[in-house]
Amino acid sequence: MTLTLAHYLTLGAILFALSMVGIFLNRKNIIVLLMAVELMLLAINMNFVAFSHYLGDMHGQVFVFFILTVAAAESAIGLAILMLLFRNKSSINVDELNTLKG
Amino acid sequence: MSQTLSAATLLAVPLAPLAGSLIAGILGTAFGGNRIGRTASHTATILGVFIAFVLSALTLKSVLVDGARFNQTLYEWMVVGGLKMEVGFLIDSLTAVMMCVVTFVSLMVHLYTIGYMHDDDGYNRFFSYISLFTFSMLMLVMSNNFLQLFFGWEAVGLVSYLLIGFWFNRPTAIFANMKAFLVNRVGDFGFILGIGLIAAYAGSLNYGEVFAKSGELAKLGFPGTDWMLITVICIGLFIGAMGKSAQFPLHVWLPDSMEGPTPISALIHAATMVTAGIFMVARMSPLFELSDTALNFILMIGAITALFMGFLGIIQNDIKRVVAYSTLSQLGYMTVALGASAYSVAVFHLMTHAFFKALLFLAAGSVIMGLHHNQDIRWMGGVRKYMPITWITFLIGSLALIGTPFFSGFYSKDAIIEAVHASHLPAAGFAHFAVLAGVFVTAFYSFRLYFLVFHGKERYDQNPDAHHDHDHHHGDGHDDKPHESPWVVWLPLVLLAIPSVVIGAMTLMPMLFGDVFKGVIHVDAARHPAMAELAEEIHGWLPMGLHGFVTAPFWLALAGVAAAYYMYMVNPALPAAIKRMFQPVYTVLDNKYYLDWFNENVIARGVRMLGTGLWKGGDRAVIDGLVVNGSWKVVGWVAGAVRRLQSGYLYHYALVMILGIFVLMTYFVWLNK
Repeated sequence: MTLTLAHYLTLGAILFALSMVGIFLNRKNIIVLLMAVELMLLAINMNFVAFSHYLGDMHGQVFVFFILTVAAAESAIGLAILMLLFRNKSSINVDELNTLKG
Repeated sequence: MSQTLSAATLLAVPLAPLAGSLIAGILGTAFGGNRIGRTASHTATILGVFIAFVLSALTLKSVLVDGARFNQTLYEWMVVGGLKMEVGFLIDSLTAVMMCVVTFVSLMVHLYTIGYMHDDDGYNRFFSYISLFTFSMLMLVMSNNFLQLFFGWEAVGLVSYLLIGFWFNRPTAIFANMKAFLVNRVGDFGFILGIGLIAAYAGSLNYGEVFAKSGELAKLGFPGTDWMLITVICIGLFIGAMGKSAQFPLHVWLPDSMEGPTPISALIHAATMVTAGIFMVARMSPLFELSDTALNFILMIGAITALFMGFLGIIQNDIKRVVAYSTLSQLGYMTVALGASAYSVAVFHLMTHAFFKALLFLAAGSVIMGLHHNQDIRWMGGVRKYMPITWITFLIGSLALIGTPFFSGFYSKDAIIEAVHASHLPAAGFAHFAVLAGVFVTAFYSFRLYFLVFHGKERYDQNPDAHHDHDHHHGDGHDDKPHESPWVVWLPLVLLAIPSVVIGAMTLMPMLFGDVFKGVIHVDAARHPAMAELAEEIHGWLPMGLHGFVTAPFWLALAGVAAAYYMYMVNPALPAAIKRMFQPVYTVLDNKYYLDWFNENVIARGVRMLGTGLWKGGDRAVIDGLVVNGSWKVVGWVAGAVRRLQSGYLYHYALVMILGIFVLMTYFVWLNK
């Protein structure tokens, strides 16, 4: 059995769906939320790399580097916000963080 | 246009009384600090009116003798979309006659006022008002465009309002002036609609330009209906005339206007202002000639006014009110003449009536002064002995009013009756009956008044109210005997009595059949042959006067006088018996056909209820409740429903975003192919 583009795309879609479920079902931990977001980005990256390889265009892999860099910076900022949030609320429980409510 | 009439001279005619009015009104009252006294005030105003009278007389002479005409715009006020609003004068024979009548009667009334208002605190104010009236009336008659006509029209209405309420601490006077103002608003509404239609369809406000287009206007229809446009215009204008000239059913303000001082009753509510409507229709004759419907309407209204207002004069006990109802009836006669296309006859009657009715009012005022401000004719009688000049002038006025041959009123009134007889319009039959019956009624109430005031037993001491009213006016030497008025009062009476006798015979032929109104008053002789037929019957003042003794109106008038003599001199118990016999009729007449009741309880109350309904239903419920408060409430409700979506949980928002993406993708990928 040879690996085709469809396999890679299916893997990306599964990863993306997992991370989406992670976001929706997770009610307790905001860190899991951040991890799910990271996983989402990785699922996208998987698609980029797969397309790049099968279409013979290196641009997609260059994009992956950029996205990984930005995702790292994003995670750093997200964790920093999380620290401050914990300092103020003494909690990382997602169900308690509903101050956006109108 | 002629060299003999200069704009400066004509400008001086209305401006001289205005100057007098401003001097007396600003310097002579508390408004400007009471700088000048009574003598200075009345000198300034009388001088102004005198200048106006002399210049008017000179204008009349140059118009009639030299054939001068003047039609020029003096000042352009503004231009709105091609519609010019101007001040200008149109001087022709009609204008010149009106100018002379207005300024002459005004001058007489100014003189008379010196005596009549002698004890009044508002002396200077009164002079200011009547001079202002003279200015306004002159602007009205001299105008060459509809806008200036409307200005004068409203200005005389304003002065009338001010003067009816001259004694503003009397509640009845305030009620009367409010009533006059409001009823005139109804008429003016029609008037301004007429002017608006003219401006819209003729594109001009200038008389000459509008009349030049009258042929085109006559072909148009009123949009959305099958009425002729010209009919709508003419009826609109005539509704204005109905308000100002007190025609049924807008006459209700005129009897109440007698709350004002007597000199203004003579000047404004008998001789000049109330004839503005008659003048206006005569001036607009080129338009009115085009609409038989409007002329029929005018005939009907005039006939109703002429007859039914006369009936009311019979049962009135206030000397001024009798004369007021007589004025209404005579205005009805003029209107009938207009309806019969006998415009020149209407203006002729307007002129003679101005003299003899001003005379009657001023003489009535003289009687009121002589009797210590008693106005109730039941407590008069035998005044002839004490006030001989007033008596003789009043008698002359009454004889002129009832149409005694050779007096001025005879010529004008008989000409009206003949003109209506000759008219071929459908309403002319009723109008002819009304004016003939009106002759009897006029004679009856005039001589009832005359006999009750000047003859019979003296009844001054029987008045139950005599010692409550106006005692402060005559603190000195309180005898109940009447006394003749001072010369400033009786001189105008004598000066008015002369034209009341002779003016009719003098001007009959030139005004009715001569060239005086040629080119000024337009009559379509083919369709309205009344004037042409009249010309075949009337051959001069002497034959007409002699013939007058054998015509029906003379015998009707004589019967009226005889009936009045029998009922009030020979058998004074009879009127009371008749009153008992015809109690329902008397009640209807005493309530003035319930028109005041109708106006107050149906129209006024209806309008107030409509106003309350609109306020509560329209303003408070719909605008405040539904539109203003309703809109914020709707926003509140919508926001209240939508805010429930904002749970505050990030994963809810994320879910919505994802679902949104799915929906959009579904749409673009599968449904939007």
